[in-house]
Amino acid sequence: MPATWIKNGRIIDPKNNRDETGDLFIVDGKISARPAQDILDTAEVIDASGLVVCPGLVDLHVHFRVPGQSHKETIRSGTSAAAAGGFTSVVCMPNTSPAVDSAGTVQLIKDVVHREAVVNVFPTGTITVGREGEALAPTGSLASSGIVAITDGGKCVQNAGLMRRAVQYAHMFDIPVIDHCQDYSLSGDGVMNEGLVSAKLGLRGLPKAAEDMIVSRDVILSTHTGAHIHLQHVSSKTAVEIIRRAKARGINVTAEVTPHHISLTDAEVESFNTNFKMNPPLRSEEDRIALLQALEDGTIDCIATGHAPHTDYEKDVEFDYAPFGVIGLETALSLTLAQLYRSERLSLIGALSLLTHRPAEILKLKKGTLSEGADADVTLFDLDETWVPQDKKFFSKSSNSPWIGQELTGKVKTTIVAGRVVFDGTRILAD
Amino acid sequence: MPWNRKDLITIEELSVDEINTLFETADAFKKVLGRKTAKTPALRGKHVVNLFFEPSTRTRVAFEMAAKRLSADVTSLDMKTSSATKGETLRDTVENIRALAADIIIIRHSAPGSAGYIAKILDIPVLNAGDGAHEHPTQALLDCFTLREKFGSLEGRKIAILGDILYSRVARSNIWAMKKLGAEVTLVGPSTLVPHEFEQFGVHVSHNLKSALADKDAVMLLRIQHERQNASAFPSLNEYTSMFGLNKERLAWLKKDAIIMHPGPINRGVEIDSELADSEQSVILEQVTNGLAVRMAGLYLCNGGSAEAVVTK
Repeated sequence: MPATWIKNGRIIDPKNNRDETGDLFIVDGKISARPAQDILDTAEVIDASGLVVCPGLVDLHVHFRVPGQSHKETIRSGTSAAAAGGFTSVVCMPNTSPAVDSAGTVQLIKDVVHREAVVNVFPTGTITVGREGEALAPTGSLASSGIVAITDGGKCVQNAGLMRRAVQYAHMFDIPVIDHCQDYSLSGDGVMNEGLVSAKLGLRGLPKAAEDMIVSRDVILSTHTGAHIHLQHVSSKTAVEIIRRAKARGINVTAEVTPHHISLTDAEVESFNTNFKMNPPLRSEEDRIALLQALEDGTIDCIATGHAPHTDYEKDVEFDYAPFGVIGLETALSLTLAQLYRSERLSLIGALSLLTHRPAEILKLKKGTLSEGADADVTLFDLDETWVPQDKKFFSKSSNSPWIGQELTGKVKTTIVAGRVVFDGTRILAD
Repeated sequence: MPWNRKDLITIEELSVDEINTLFETADAFKKVLGRKTAKTPALRGKHVVNLFFEPSTRTRVAFEMAAKRLSADVTSLDMKTSSATKGETLRDTVENIRALAADIIIIRHSAPGSAGYIAKILDIPVLNAGDGAHEHPTQALLDCFTLREKFGSLEGRKIAILGDILYSRVARSNIWAMKKLGAEVTLVGPSTLVPHEFEQFGVHVSHNLKSALADKDAVMLLRIQHERQNASAFPSLNEYTSMFGLNKERLAWLKKDAIIMHPGPINRGVEIDSELADSEQSVILEQVTNGLAVRMAGLYLCNGGSAEAVVTK
């Protein structure tokens, strides 16, 4: 593979606290020091003038629907969306059909990834067999087959005793447990945040207490077992407080938040637009601000999209009957920049850390940095270019985005995986 | 007298002028109903389709009779036995009905927002006959029309709405309507069914029946939808009745000439003592009658009719 010479970019590597204008070199798929002149003479040159050059983004939470629901997304379309959004590594959830509760299913996914993926895909396995919350899945076998964590992805193990055994057992293999925190006895059949807007619309509420209860439980289980539990898409102010206190006591929990939960509130649901239906639901402005503060002070460790594709016909129904979830890979960078960098809550380097080395470190992925010798996963983006997401124009197979028709700022121009350009700003260059 | 709406979906979006226009039109239709031949040709040649995805007797029949009094052809469909049960989407269902040349659709559906959803899809008038717990605009209009007949105006009147507010589309639509028309509204019931979020709508919330009923001009009872409750909303129907049921003794807590309203169907002996439901202070059956005139007005206005035309007929 020829070397690549990325010239005159604003190179930002949050892990190494690097923010400088200069050149970046890739040799043999790895980040390299300046190579010898003869190598430079034949290097592919990418002019990065006016662009930010940062580590390829890392997303700990995507749904690629393979196997079983390829009408919503495939590994090819999902990883294309990732590349178009600047993501070079994604962790896919196991709520597929069948669920990823056996080494055989992991192997199946790995085979498809090998054939179709344009970015790195790290599979997860389930906590319980069939995500039924009743019996432990074979964590050891799953770990041996190459999963990076276990989770019932989209479901929460309700039985605290079973969850305790799950985290104890997974801890033995040094496998983190990822949890979608929701107490079903409290959330019931709610479809949106419980509060003023749900009271007005007559939609059934999903109370914050449902999330807070399980976040508390997981903190307690981590306290008693020492196991690492990663809390997905935190949405409530109280949950943030619980995590903040747990971290202050050194408890081994980490947490993520989505771009939509830091950008939107439940007021959006007044339109009954099902592209604002997600679980956990969009909360109040008070919660949104708490999430942003938690990203500022490190209580929440990273941003993850929760990329959840659904077809237009599945979402084009009454709000009650629409599936939860929105896509997010292609808009995450713009939204993160808007809420954290442009709002002056964080520096550019601080905002990008939430999408690069910090998520990578949570699952011990050797990704998210431009350190010499690291895999050459690199994203180049224009910090100031504006663009408007349009229905049917996503690289994802689905278009269930809350941002259709809205102007966003910050546009990915080039995505490089292991030294190879996979996205050139308009097209996926896969093969 | 403005009415430029294709649809009647929510009270929240109506202006006071629009509500008054509808009332004036309903006044005219009520006079029509008092005539020997209580029928007008206003919707002759039009086909009204009643789509009821939830059980209903009075609202469905009231809409059907209103449409017939306007000389429309009416088809009423019980959607519980339709292709919807075979998995057809609501969009496909209503687009098919539109393709069969329906001119007006009336819809009742368990999902909040469903009436507004199909109103955006279709180019013909859509009237909301109740969308989940969201709104029931014609019920609120007939309730306020009845209050207006009794009091002349709602301005400054004090009204209590008692019962299951959380799950009630009638309550929501009435809150909007009564507030717009100048009434002071108090919601009362158990804390599990009357959450304090409602205070932000500009109404009072109370869990104390006696203080809530004091000095009220009217009390509107809501049916306790015990079929929708899980057991935890309140301990039992008996307990509800003992704490919040309206009986003769508690009637005295209201103003002396206060009126009793109920959108029906009544659970006699639960939210109201049977004898009160039939008492002189009860206007429950007047509400039903007014529902016919109000729904005629809604159908007529959404079909492009003008209030003046009815008044001058």
